[in-house]
Amino acid sequence: MRLATLFCFGVAAAVATSASAEISGDVVKLGVLNDMSSLYADLSGAGSVEAARMAIADFGGSVNGKKIELISADHQNKPDVGSAIATQWFDNDGVDAIVDVPTSSVALAVQQIARTKGKLFLISGAAASDLTGKACSPTSVHWTYDTVALANGTGGAVVKAGGDTWFFITADYAFGHALERDTARVVEANGGKVLGKVRAPLNTADFSSFLLQAQGSKAKIIGLANAGGDTINSIKQAGEFGIVEGGQKLAGLLVFITDIHSLGLQAAHGLQLTEAFYWDQNDATRAWSKRFFDKIGREPSMVQAGVYGAVTHYLNAIKATNSDDGLTVVKQMKATPINDFMTKNGKIREDGTLVRDMYLFEVKAPAESKGPWDYYKQIAVISGEDAFKLPGPNECPLVKG
Amino acid sequence: MFDWIHLSIPPAPALFAQLLVGLINGAFYALLSLGLAVIFGLLNIINFAHGAQYMLGAFCAWFLLNALGLGYWPALVLAPLIVGVVGIAIERLLLRHIYRLDPLYGLLLTFGLALIIEGIFRQQYGSSGQPYAIPPELRGARNLGFMFLPNYRAWVILTSLAVCLATWFTIERTRLGAYLRAATENPVLVQAFGINVPRMITLTYGAGVALAALAGVMAAPIYQVSPLMGSNIIIVVFAVVVIGGMGSISGAIVSGFTLGLVEGLTKVFYPEASNTVIFVIMALVLLVKPAGFFGQVR
Amino acid sequence: MAQSGRSAWIITVVLLPCALAAPFVLYPVFLMEALCFALFACAFNLLIGYVGLLSFGHAAFFGCAAYITAHTVKVWGLPPEFGILAGVGVAALLGAVFGWLGIRRQGIYFAMITLALAQMVYFVALQVPFTGGEDGIQAVPRGRLLGVFGLDNTLTMYYFVLAVFLIGFGVIVRTINSPFGQVIKAIRENEPRATSLGYHADHYKLVVFILSAGLSGLAGSLKSLVFQLASLTDVEWTMSGWVVLMTLVGGLGTVFGPVVGAFFLVAMQHYLAQLGSWVTVVQGIIFVFCVLLFRRGIVGLIASYAEPRREVPAGEKPPELAGAAARET
Repeated sequence: MRLATLFCFGVAAAVATSASAEISGDVVKLGVLNDMSSLYADLSGAGSVEAARMAIADFGGSVNGKKIELISADHQNKPDVGSAIATQWFDNDGVDAIVDVPTSSVALAVQQIARTKGKLFLISGAAASDLTGKACSPTSVHWTYDTVALANGTGGAVVKAGGDTWFFITADYAFGHALERDTARVVEANGGKVLGKVRAPLNTADFSSFLLQAQGSKAKIIGLANAGGDTINSIKQAGEFGIVEGGQKLAGLLVFITDIHSLGLQAAHGLQLTEAFYWDQNDATRAWSKRFFDKIGREPSMVQAGVYGAVTHYLNAIKATNSDDGLTVVKQMKATPINDFMTKNGKIREDGTLVRDMYLFEVKAPAESKGPWDYYKQIAVISGEDAFKLPGPNECPLVKG
Repeated sequence: MFDWIHLSIPPAPALFAQLLVGLINGAFYALLSLGLAVIFGLLNIINFAHGAQYMLGAFCAWFLLNALGLGYWPALVLAPLIVGVVGIAIERLLLRHIYRLDPLYGLLLTFGLALIIEGIFRQQYGSSGQPYAIPPELRGARNLGFMFLPNYRAWVILTSLAVCLATWFTIERTRLGAYLRAATENPVLVQAFGINVPRMITLTYGAGVALAALAGVMAAPIYQVSPLMGSNIIIVVFAVVVIGGMGSISGAIVSGFTLGLVEGLTKVFYPEASNTVIFVIMALVLLVKPAGFFGQVR
Repeated sequence: MAQSGRSAWIITVVLLPCALAAPFVLYPVFLMEALCFALFACAFNLLIGYVGLLSFGHAAFFGCAAYITAHTVKVWGLPPEFGILAGVGVAALLGAVFGWLGIRRQGIYFAMITLALAQMVYFVALQVPFTGGEDGIQAVPRGRLLGVFGLDNTLTMYYFVLAVFLIGFGVIVRTINSPFGQVIKAIRENEPRATSLGYHADHYKLVVFILSAGLSGLAGSLKSLVFQLASLTDVEWTMSGWVVLMTLVGGLGTVFGPVVGAFFLVAMQHYLAQLGSWVTVVQGIIFVFCVLLFRRGIVGLIASYAEPRREVPAGEKPPELAGAAARET
């Protein structure tokens, strides 16, 4: 039995290596893998799938004569489920590229699989900077944002504006620690001080104790190094305890417009956060977002807008190289600058990060808002170089050489 | 793992503040576990759907506000009634058939129910949660000297105490409660006295569910109204009931408050473990005195 | 109730060719996942079906073994068979601890103790650095079995998993149908009488618990090699609930029930994956349905038709769960 297996493998290997630059399977297949039913369903979910669909339709539905197909699945924020789906997609279903994947733990697992199989991974949802650092991969592009940009954005801009003493409320898991660590570094590099921190278990419902500790520290800024439900709960309860009235400001280190929508302006106003996109920034964003809104009924998050951009750029790269081999396409993507409704003069770095401008927003007060989704006012633009500047040497083996 | 134990004790005012906050949480746990204790104590059913029913209460309040314009105060009365009726329906249609079986089947059945309810709401409303504001009368905070106590939190602790005491009184000190307790021990005999035991059981389950829904309405302004809110809290509530003694109403109340305090202290000294300390206590109690502090072994 | 040992072997022999040919027909990773969970469910069933103890903390053994195997294979570079042995050993040890702590209790109290202990294991898994927190231990190499068989080949891995499953299954069947198994059944039927005959009931129950824990660990170790990933999902309490559901659907206390239940639920999860939250609803409906109408499970139902008609009263109760009296209403 083993001999037969060996023989089959030998034949397959021979066939594989003889393949020249061409689009495999006569079809370009994209898989949108994200959270469709849980915490991040609103900021990615079905919206990301629709964004990808829009990108494919706008591209014409086919590239160099080959049809473009789209499938999607729910990874439920679990690395097991995500890696099982990714493996099946790549092995069995002929998927050429996986798109989105919020939740960094799943993204790390999927990136590993994509790297081994030489397939493309377009990251829009996940944030961990390790994806382009220690764990970087030659077939990945980290499209929309990462923790370094968030830290430089919120951390740097807030300190420069006078918020120089910080207290962190951190979700007690690897991602929360990383977010806190990156932001603390930026705060200190800009002359600020971290007065203290407290680690709350993941999925804590009641933050009153931690908020009291933050109040007691007298720090000017309370940094929320958490995500999803924890962020929402901590902001809501901060309102109850009069944190903002007491003179301290909240800085959300990972907040999306969907979280603000969920909280309401009454609870969230005054919060400062960094995002890569806001639907109401200019005519181009408004036009695209209107199309999205008409299909989904909500304004797009930066993750969903990023999916559109990533898919379009990917398809353009395939068109130019007439190949869907991972390494070839990525090389083309890195060689071409990006200019679309969301990104101006974006360039993909060697480690896979798309260096783009980020924006510091502040949440409006209820009186300032003209209606649902009119939540942000733009405070500052953080240029790409500043936003994605690494605090130390680049840990990605591709760059270190 | 141990690098953040706060070995420095915070100043006394801050500690009082933390204890008070812990007590408030404890009041909430007590209210939530009350319904569970009533249902297990009197009906011998382990109602795993309690968390989902709590979530239903919160969503009911949100729905009443957004669809019918009814605010917090009407919701406090209406939501428990509506969800209580749902509970009665569940009891009539489903639970009735498994009384003669091992209570663990009741646990499995209600676990399945919880999955169904949660799944439907998640499908419909996503997981981010819906906003629900604190009613205007309860906004703001009072300066107690050592901390600013939000008025709403003070309301929570007072209401929980009142409801807990009222429930305890009803069950332990009134004739209705006596009938209920008798029916638990010997339903045939009680039925022979002319009391409609099945109906009493149905109403009791409905009352337990209504208590869960009441807790949900009270939670809506401070936690997000989200389909996941039930499953996040259900095993903590279980631990509270087990520690207090699975049949005992007073046990649930006392252990609810106590565990809130313990959790509050843990959040000061070793915050990462604040979710787990309750299970440590639960394991210890089960090993040493499985009936819990106030209960009897069944 | 349980099929005799002989019919179990006969059925296994009949199914074996299907099992050998299956990876050519169905997706092998799906089959391997189903086999791992089938082994897990069989191990769990040993405890609930034959001793009558419902444990809500079996995920602790499953997940612990997964982490240990992943760590030894990835970080220490040991070959997979040593990784698996390490995983099973630790799981059995943990089982000894849980069992020693919990065995004196019964019914709901036993379930709650196991739940509490498993939650503590979850907390440790979350905090301790080597588990990788919510990232888990990723990129676990499959290595070479006995230095000869490269397990990166999916087909080879499948046959390895199948072989290990059969060994584990064989251990379970052998245990049930041995004199030891007879004593266990006696204890479940009438513990005071068994004790009066000189059998230390607690010791026997503890041995079965450790066996169940060790085999659950075996399933967990296999799973970490199949998916090349060990994560927090493996130690969560929802995983414990999952194995209860598999055993319930398949048939508590039957030999093949857990296998059928595992395959059924893993298949359902795969094919309904695109339905999102509806999967949870369907799972809930299955739970409710099984408890109300279907307590014997799939295999129990088949067995009741297949076995020659013995006097079975209409409202026959399923295997009694220990420590609880049936209530008359």
